[in-house]
Amino acid sequence: MAKRIDVSGLTAYYGSHKAIEDISMTVEPRSVTAFIGPSGCGKSTFLRTLNRMHEVTPGGRVEGKVLLDDEDLYGAGIDPVSVRREVGMVFQRPNPFPTMSIFDNVAAGLRLNGNYRKAELNDIVEKSLRGANLWNEVKDRLNKPGSGLSGGQQQRLCIARAIAVEPKVLLMDEPCSALDPISTLAIEDLIGELKERFTIVIVTHNMQQAARVSDRTAFFNLAGVGQPGKLIEIDETERIFSNPSVQATEDYISGRFG
Amino acid sequence: MSTAAVAHKRPSTLRGARLPSWSPWAIAAGSIAAAIGIGAAAGLHSRVQWGVIAAILFVLATYGIAARVEGRRQAKDRVATSLVWVAFLLAVVPLVSLIWVTVQRGVKVLDVYFLTHSMGVVADSQPGGGIYHAILGSLEQVGLATLIGAPIGVLTAIYLVEYGRGRLAKAVTFFVDVMTGIPSIVAGLFILSLMLMLDMQPFGFAGSLALAILMMPVVVRSTEEMLKLVPNELREASLALGVPKWRTILKVVLPTSIGGITTGIMLAIARIAGETAPVLLLVFGNQFINANPFEGAQASLPLYIYQQYSNSAGANAAYDRAWAASLTLIAFVMILNLVARGIARWKAPR
Ligand SMILES: Nc1ncnc2c1ncn2[C@@H]1O[C@H](COP(=O)(O)OP(=O)(O)O)[C@@H](O)[C@H]1O
Ligand SMILES: [Mg+2]
Repeated sequence: MAKRIDVSGLTAYYGSHKAIEDISMTVEPRSVTAFIGPSGCGKSTFLRTLNRMHEVTPGGRVEGKVLLDDEDLYGAGIDPVSVRREVGMVFQRPNPFPTMSIFDNVAAGLRLNGNYRKAELNDIVEKSLRGANLWNEVKDRLNKPGSGLSGGQQQRLCIARAIAVEPKVLLMDEPCSALDPISTLAIEDLIGELKERFTIVIVTHNMQQAARVSDRTAFFNLAGVGQPGKLIEIDETERIFSNPSVQATEDYISGRFG
Repeated sequence: MSTAAVAHKRPSTLRGARLPSWSPWAIAAGSIAAAIGIGAAAGLHSRVQWGVIAAILFVLATYGIAARVEGRRQAKDRVATSLVWVAFLLAVVPLVSLIWVTVQRGVKVLDVYFLTHSMGVVADSQPGGGIYHAILGSLEQVGLATLIGAPIGVLTAIYLVEYGRGRLAKAVTFFVDVMTGIPSIVAGLFILSLMLMLDMQPFGFAGSLALAILMMPVVVRSTEEMLKLVPNELREASLALGVPKWRTILKVVLPTSIGGITTGIMLAIARIAGETAPVLLLVFGNQFINANPFEGAQASLPLYIYQQYSNSAGANAAYDRAWAASLTLIAFVMILNLVARGIARWKAPR
């Protein structure tokens, strides 16, 4: 049930500070789109505008449009809580709920929203854990606390938690930056499987990772410190890495930057 | 010249001379002995003076000896350590001696009879009687105060940490700060003025109201700190699952911090359990058992201690009862503390 995202003229602020300016792009359903760019150019900020998490930050404000299929997420009468059920998110640092067991962590989204049938819960948890390639590792200790897992397992637990509520889109903000290479590989494989069912957007600082997992890549940059970040270009990943149309992109990818 | 020969000639730069590990104890023993000698020679009678002399000698001797043997940097390190120890002892000695005296004097009349009888048929100067009525009054007054103060305090803290922005939050924080500083007698006078306006006689619940006023800011402060300790990532993780904010607070933030919040409430209870002034004004005290906190004067433990001491005209029996009641009060507070620790450990996120 993946959905398309259509962003037009999006500008986001933290109080009076303009963090990103006038971003427009399309994210195709059932594909992986990678965001790359130097630190502070607003990748996380932009990602968080896609599920209305930006406004959770005090002073966070957004102008512009984000269409999910045909509905404007910032339109009048749209409930940000419903938006977040459709557009899930995985964070940079694994953040399982420390008071909950592995099972409860995965079930958290359904339980906390209160819309589930008890009989289904076991199936959904198992399906989500399988979906996150974690089932075999944790099936014997579902009642143990989630914080007892390794970093990579915790991150996959967070992915299982996010997909358990059946979102249409999955946003990932540097999901591997706190993980070792083996766990990173496990998550990259997982992303390849998940794109059959979800629209995936992933922020990464790792060029090889962007090249390995994504279908399309967007390059963000900022003109200088204190300036808002902008989208420089978005294109097929192959083109971005072999023959980008903007010089700055090539400089960044080849490491000849700033 | 070979490197081995060089190494032989030069002393190691990494390992210096060290005082043996028993040296602090030896220095401490030496300074105490010297202090006793000096004190006796100079004819000082107060043990406190002896202790101060011993402490000063200990710090000075530590510095002198360590500077000689180990060098100045290590000497400073040792002086810092010994100052910490002296400060620790200064803090612990009064506490231990207080508990020691209370236990020593309190156990004399503390028995089951004492805990289960009131002062109804005993004059203050006579032996016998007990504190049942005071325990009952204390439990009811403190319990009702907690029922009022704890929820308001926790909800205020939730507002301040999770929702509060701008002027209103600043104003609330300011008033909580002001309330923290309210002397307990003023809280009592405030309720008393209301009672006088309404033409009421002293009763237990009036005391509860004053205690609740004293308890609230303490609960707000401690709960605020606990809520701030909950990582923002957990809130965001929950919000990103499409969980509304109020459910996020209820199901994620509060369970994560519940151990600390309960500890804070327990400590606040322990604090108000010993308040005397507002109880004196509003509850008045009673020789008899009055189980109804909403009508008629009641007793309470701190009030009982005060009245036994002040109304007894020096009768030993009353002093004994006052000490036994103090011991009961201390035990109650200690038990609350232990329970708080237990809950904190049991509920701590793993
Ligand atoms: N919570 C915040 N409050 C104020 N400014 C912020 C906040 N988070 C990020 N910013 C600013 O927004 C800009 C973009 O940051 P971010 O989106 O985190 O960049 P990236 O993820 O690309 O490294 C930066 O200039 C940063 O200082
Ligand atoms: Mg970022």
